[in-house]
Amino acid sequence: MLKVLKAGFFSTIQDNGRLGLLNKGVPVSGVMDSYSASKLNMLLDNEVNAAVLEITMTGPTLEFEEPTYICVGGANISITLNNNPIQHFKVYQITKGDILSYGRLEKGFRNYLAVKEGFQSPKILQSHSYFYPITVHSQLSDREEVAYNPCTSYSPKISEWQVDSFLDESVLTVSKGPEFELLNDKQLEQLFEIDFTIAKDYNRMAYQIDESIAGHTHSMLTSATLPGTVQLTPSGKIILLMKDGQTTGGYPRILQLSDKAISILAQKKYKDHISFKLV
Amino acid sequence: MTNYPLSIRPFGVHAMLIEWPNEVKEAILEDILQFNNYLKSNCLNVEKWEIVPAYNSLTLILREKPIDFNKLKKRLGEWYAARGDAEARTKYLWRLPVCYDLEFGIDLEEVAKKLSLSVEEIIQKHTNHVYTVFGIGFLPGFMYLGGLPEMLEVPRKSTPRLNVEKGAVGMAGKQTGIYPQESPGGWNIIGNCSVPMFNPKSEDPCFVSVGDKVQFYQIEKAEHDLHKIEGEVGIYKLEKIKWDA
Repeated sequence: MLKVLKAGFFSTIQDNGRLGLLNKGVPVSGVMDSYSASKLNMLLDNEVNAAVLEITMTGPTLEFEEPTYICVGGANISITLNNNPIQHFKVYQITKGDILSYGRLEKGFRNYLAVKEGFQSPKILQSHSYFYPITVHSQLSDREEVAYNPCTSYSPKISEWQVDSFLDESVLTVSKGPEFELLNDKQLEQLFEIDFTIAKDYNRMAYQIDESIAGHTHSMLTSATLPGTVQLTPSGKIILLMKDGQTTGGYPRILQLSDKAISILAQKKYKDHISFKLV
Repeated sequence: MTNYPLSIRPFGVHAMLIEWPNEVKEAILEDILQFNNYLKSNCLNVEKWEIVPAYNSLTLILREKPIDFNKLKKRLGEWYAARGDAEARTKYLWRLPVCYDLEFGIDLEEVAKKLSLSVEEIIQKHTNHVYTVFGIGFLPGFMYLGGLPEMLEVPRKSTPRLNVEKGAVGMAGKQTGIYPQESPGGWNIIGNCSVPMFNPKSEDPCFVSVGDKVQFYQIEKAEHDLHKIEGEVGIYKLEKIKWDA
């Protein structure tokens, strides 16, 4: 078991999410920054869908009750193993009683902890991913225990990885959304010229933007939305849907983020900047 | 069988959007669902593809890799032309119990005033009608029900509530529906449905599918309270009638 000594701000278990229930209104969920999380699973030779811990902003303090191998990566947070600083994207062997502590967040927003074979928390509707109220809890809490399989011998093919950090990247590559053609010249110019600022409202469901662009009066019938769908409200507000975002919506879907752009955005927080680039 | 003009276009690199004419119409929804079933049984690997029907659209999603759009667009055109009409999934009419007591129907009196109807008339009209499920989304198990009688059309509340109770039955504009979980919401609340619309513990967590029919019937508070307890332990009974119309 992984014992949560202190839960931190917001930590959840995430795999690649729930499949097959979009037509019942169930969001995909899953890791927000799949780019970082998948690298960690690769280093540990895990399945791509192995469940990891997604740690948001202020990290937890964790105790390992069985031996295993771990690696961490994503946002720049100082992390210590038994008070010794550890590197990102490097495999570490864990022995019983080891303590992993998260310190100050320096850059980015979400960090991932992967263990050998992935976390074995119960699956609900075929996924480990927390999403309240599909799952009983919305996040890990103090003293909670998370299962994993003990592992005492593993020799990684590569034990560390020089992963290109994209935490400084702010350009989100996008393709045209289904309602892109509704945009007029003024809206297009604003959309691709403005250096946008992340607003206070942002979470696993959606990111909102401080700046508005010109509004519209187009009304459409409710239709599917996806993680990475960029919606434009009639008043000109921009909403970027993320992994826990609703599965349908009635606002024009003007852009669609690339997979990499979703990971880049997942590392943004209040007051960070983004811009859009059409590919 | 009508062949509608379809708009088929990419929706990011992992999804394709197929749109029918921009109308809320039973015949369009029917065609969408038939095509959906045809695609699922004859054309697409359902282990890999997810399909979301709603009002006048079908969205096809392939998460594992980017879609070859030109190829898929061409094939979708061919499949649409070749689709049969024997593919329709069995549809059901679900009869759902609603308690319209003022304790739950917190906006009933205000709505009655706005519509110049009595509370009883609203309940009678709301329960008399058979609604069509045009989509499921917004929240797990939230149904977009079409066909609200015109005389029950009332605008959304000017200020949305931060917390609408689980099971709350609401009305806004041309729509009515049930909040499947506690949620913020701007609809006028007229009652509470005691049957859970989404049960994550069940393998089939949401019994309703797009295209099904829903009719509400009124129950008293005592029965409602009993249903709620039953619902929490998962033994609620459901009235399900095969819909042949």
